[in-house]
Formats: sequence, structure tokens, C-alpha cells
Amino acid sequence: MTEIASQSPSPERSRRDRLPRPLILGGAILIASVIVSIFPAVFAPYDPNTFDYNALLQGPSRAHPMGTDNFGRDVLSRVIHAYTIDMQIAIFATVFPFFFGTIIGALVGYAGGIAETLFGRIVDAVITFPFLVLVIAIVSVLGPGLVNMYIAVGVVGWVFYARIIAAEVKVQKRLDYADAGRAMGYTHLRIIFVHLLPNAITPAVVYWMTDMALAILLGSSLGYLGLGAQPPAAEWGVQIADGKNFMATAWWISVFPGLAIVLTGLGFSLTGDGLAEVLRTKR
Amino acid sequence: MTAAALEVSNLTASFGGGRLTAVNDISFTVRPGEVLGLVGESGSGKSVTLRSIMRLLPASCSVSGRVNWQGQDILTMTDKQLRAVRGGQISMIFQEPTTALNPVLPVFTQIEENLKAHTDLDRAGRAARARDLMDLVGIPDAARRLREYPHQFSGGMRQRVMIAIALAGNPKLLLADEPTTALDVTIQDQILKLILDLRDELSMGVVLVTHDLGVVAATCDRMAVMYAGRIVETGTVAEVFAQPNHAYTRGLLGSVPHAGTERSMLLSIEGTPPALNRIPPGCAFNPRCDFATDPCRAQVPALQDLSPNRSVACFNRDALVAAGSPLG
Repeated sequence: MTEIASQSPSPERSRRDRLPRPLILGGAILIASVIVSIFPAVFAPYDPNTFDYNALLQGPSRAHPMGTDNFGRDVLSRVIHAYTIDMQIAIFATVFPFFFGTIIGALVGYAGGIAETLFGRIVDAVITFPFLVLVIAIVSVLGPGLVNMYIAVGVVGWVFYARIIAAEVKVQKRLDYADAGRAMGYTHLRIIFVHLLPNAITPAVVYWMTDMALAILLGSSLGYLGLGAQPPAAEWGVQIADGKNFMATAWWISVFPGLAIVLTGLGFSLTGDGLAEVLRTKR
Repeated sequence: MTAAALEVSNLTASFGGGRLTAVNDISFTVRPGEVLGLVGESGSGKSVTLRSIMRLLPASCSVSGRVNWQGQDILTMTDKQLRAVRGGQISMIFQEPTTALNPVLPVFTQIEENLKAHTDLDRAGRAARARDLMDLVGIPDAARRLREYPHQFSGGMRQRVMIAIALAGNPKLLLADEPTTALDVTIQDQILKLILDLRDELSMGVVLVTHDLGVVAATCDRMAVMYAGRIVETGTVAEVFAQPNHAYTRGLLGSVPHAGTERSMLLSIEGTPPALNRIPPGCAFNPRCDFATDPCRAQVPALQDLSPNRSVACFNRDALVAAGSPLG
């Protein structure tokens, strides 16, 4: 294959020149977020957990652009350091559901019959419960903390991916090229994963982006409720919770982490939109 | 005359728990190197026949009968045996090359998939074989085109790619489900010629499903005419065209315009083929038949052998023969 590759100049470059604007903007936000999350100390002016009793509850100023909280911690530094945890949440809370949901959905959608009926009941059971309530229930059984949160989200979240993929595979498996694959004597697994899945995975990838934004919100919600990241860890939800008693007097403690959530969520959503556009035109 | 390569006997395929019978008790044989045309209107069961030979029908369809392939019944094979036959010994090409190719995989990958499944060539071997196959089906600049995706090919070229994939496993029999219907006339001709050339080169048997009698005349050795799920007439193409023995065949032949003869009105067959849940009693064709008599409305005529290659299912064959060929 490599020798063939080297013989022909690809005509696909022109398509890459016209990336949709949402993807460029969203991608820029995400890349910046990832860089900040890997090297927070480079960008943060202070240590996120050092108390400064000389600067309690100070408003935004030149020394503290986002002010300080009730322990005198620099809010900007905490927002920056929170990127590490929150980007981690975005990825780890979604990658396992994406992975397993895709596999299960592909198998179920292809098999149909009893497997599909059974799967339909599981989907019903999961989506009847409000997602957050279900996750909170599982976390309270397992105990608070990030790893248990990933487990809880994973147990519930795969269903949504599986449902999307199953529906797509169900459509794809009836198309001629799937029959052609069977007529060529390919195994079922080969047809599912080599032939059908590449055609079916687009909506799941797009949903994945949205889901990462939702995961950050969820992580922050659980952090806020004390079930996710534990104080004094710098995490946006925890920070918002920290500031809730000072909303009237020191709004900056909660508002800036909130804006960080909005910005990151926007990054994921725009990327998802842009990706949907790119993958759609490719068909 | 060599032994049959594929022997279909009493094949019946029905849907909806036996209420809708799409293919009803049909039998035919295909010999090595022979092109058999399966002819009929839409809904006569041609495609279902092909698909039941390959066991491609959904599980909701019940299939009975025997499909004998080299001493084994395809209908009772295990999945593993079936996989070796499919694509390796019997290949299939489809009506719509646009949908029969996977839109997101380059052509090379799709040819390679078949080579992986049915040969033990290594990577370099598969690449070389893929280029040979592209040459074989007449796609120029194979090395470059192998990297391209189906949407970069024209309709005729896609069908060539489809044929290349189907041939990768060196099949002994090619099932072609209206391979030229979606193509325009000049391309049709090229593809049919390609299939015939390949038949000669690789001595494969071919089952060609079509509703186009012109295609049959140009390509097939023998033909079987289907109506409402049954075979109503078989014979060599020359015999059937010279003297149709079934009123339906006669109607089909009469509805095709002919150049070089005196201008005459085109015959048409009144009415439409019956829906599967409303097949009339007796001969399914009797409401549309000019020759129908009382027995036709009461009893299903059996397919009777006239000679080793010729059979017909009609009570009023004598009247038909007396009326002569509509091609006259």
C-alpha cells in the first residue's frame, strides 16, 4: 500500500484549505485549553493553593486580575490550574463510554433481534432516570472522588453512544455494500468493524464533542455537590461552590470559573459543529 | 455437455410466515462457462432468487429447496463453509454500483478485503494482484486509481471496480443482479462485453438477472423467463426468440421494438404483474393472457420438458406455437 501511496499526488488538499470556521475557532480554543492544562504553572501567576491572609476577598486588580477568594487564593491561578482536572474530566468521562458504546452499539445494531430488544429495554431504563440523578446515585454508592465519577459516568454514558451507533449501523447494514461484503464471504465482525462502522461513526464523533462539554458541566456539578473533585483541589465546580456564600459581596470567585466552563464548552461545541460539517461533506 | 456447476432445485422463498411467496418452486442449472439469463418484470422474483442462492435474504424470509454447488447444498452450509463459497467460488455484483461500494474506503482497501478473505497473499502480493485486477476489468492507470474513493469514479467505472472486487477470489460462478440497469447504453455495452470476455478468460458460469431482452439476446446462452415467482419457460436464447412457447414470453418479445423490419404496432401486455398477496388461482398469468382457457384459471400448469434444454409451463402451447413468433 505504501508503494502505491508514494506514486500518486493526493487531490484532497484543496478540501483541507476550506475548513469550516467553527472548527478553526473551536479547535483553537481546545488546543489552547490543552496546552494550559498540561503546563498550568507556566501561565498561573501564583500557586493555586497558597493562602494569603493579607489579600482576602479582593476584587479584580492588577495584582489579582480575577481577584482573590476567602482564603486569599488567586482566582486566576486556580482557574488556570483547574484546566488540568477539568480537561481530564472531559476526556476520561467520555472516552470509555465512546469506546464501549460504539462497540456494543455496532454489534447490537448489526445483530438485531433479541439483542436489540434487550438493548432497547436497557436504553429505556437508563434514559427514564435523569442522567445526573443516576450518576449521583452511583457515585454515592462508590464514594466521592474523580475515579468513581468516571466509573459512574461510564456505566451510564455508553448507552447514548450505543444508541446512536446502533441506529446508524441498522441503516448501513441494509445497504448494498453490506450485502456485497456478505456476498464476498467476509466474516460478520469484519463487515461490522471494517465496513459498516466507518460509515456509521460520524454522528457518534460529533456527539462525543458535545458530550465532552457536558462532561465538564457534569464534573463541575458533582464538584459543586462535593461528589467530584475534592477541595482544596482547583476545579471549576468546586470553585463555584466555594464562592456561593460570597456571591453578593465577592462575585468574582464564582463568575470567573463559570466563564471558563462556558469558554471550554464553547470550544467543544464549535469543534463538534465544524467536525460535523467536514465529515458530512466527505460523504 | 459438462456437469452442472450450480443446480437449483425446488427453490422456494417466502416472506411473512409463508403468506407472500416471492420465489415458488423453481429449478434451473448453470453449467461452467455458460451465461444463463434470468428474465422477467420487476417483482417476478429474479433478485430474490439470486439472493437466496447466496443466502443474503433477511432471517424473516424462509427459503426451502436445494442449491447444489459442487456436491454441497448451500442452503444448509455452516457459516464457515458459506464464507469460503461466497466471494471465493461464487461472487455477486449488484445493480447499483454507487451503493454497492463502501463510500468511505479507498478502492484498493475494498479489493484487498476480498484478497485477505480468500487468498493467502502477503501485502505486496495483494497490491500486485489488485493492480492486475484493475487491468483485467479495464481501468487504466491502476496504481493511481486504486488510492481513490468510489465517488471519484464514474458509474461504469464503479461497476468495473465492483467486478474487480468480485473476481478477486477467482470465482467459478458470477451472479450478476441487473449489472447494467443503472448505466447508460454505451456503458452497458462495455460492461456486458467485459463480463463475456471474463467468462471466456476465466471460464466462469454467469447468472445474469435482467429485464432487458436486448441484453439477453446479446449475452446469454440460455434463458429462463420468470413470472410471479415461477419459471414459465426455459430454453436456449435462439430457440426462445425464434418460437416462444409461453404467452408471457411471447408478450415480452412482442413489446420490444425491432429495427430492420416493416413498421408495426408494438404489442404490450395488458395489466400489471400481480402483487404477491393477490396471485390469481391457476396460471398466474391468466388474467393478462390472450390464450387463456378454463384450465388456466383452475390449475397451475407444470413446467414440462420439451427437450433437454427446453421447458415450458403452459396449457395452450399448441395454440401459441400456431400463432408464431411476434418477431416474425
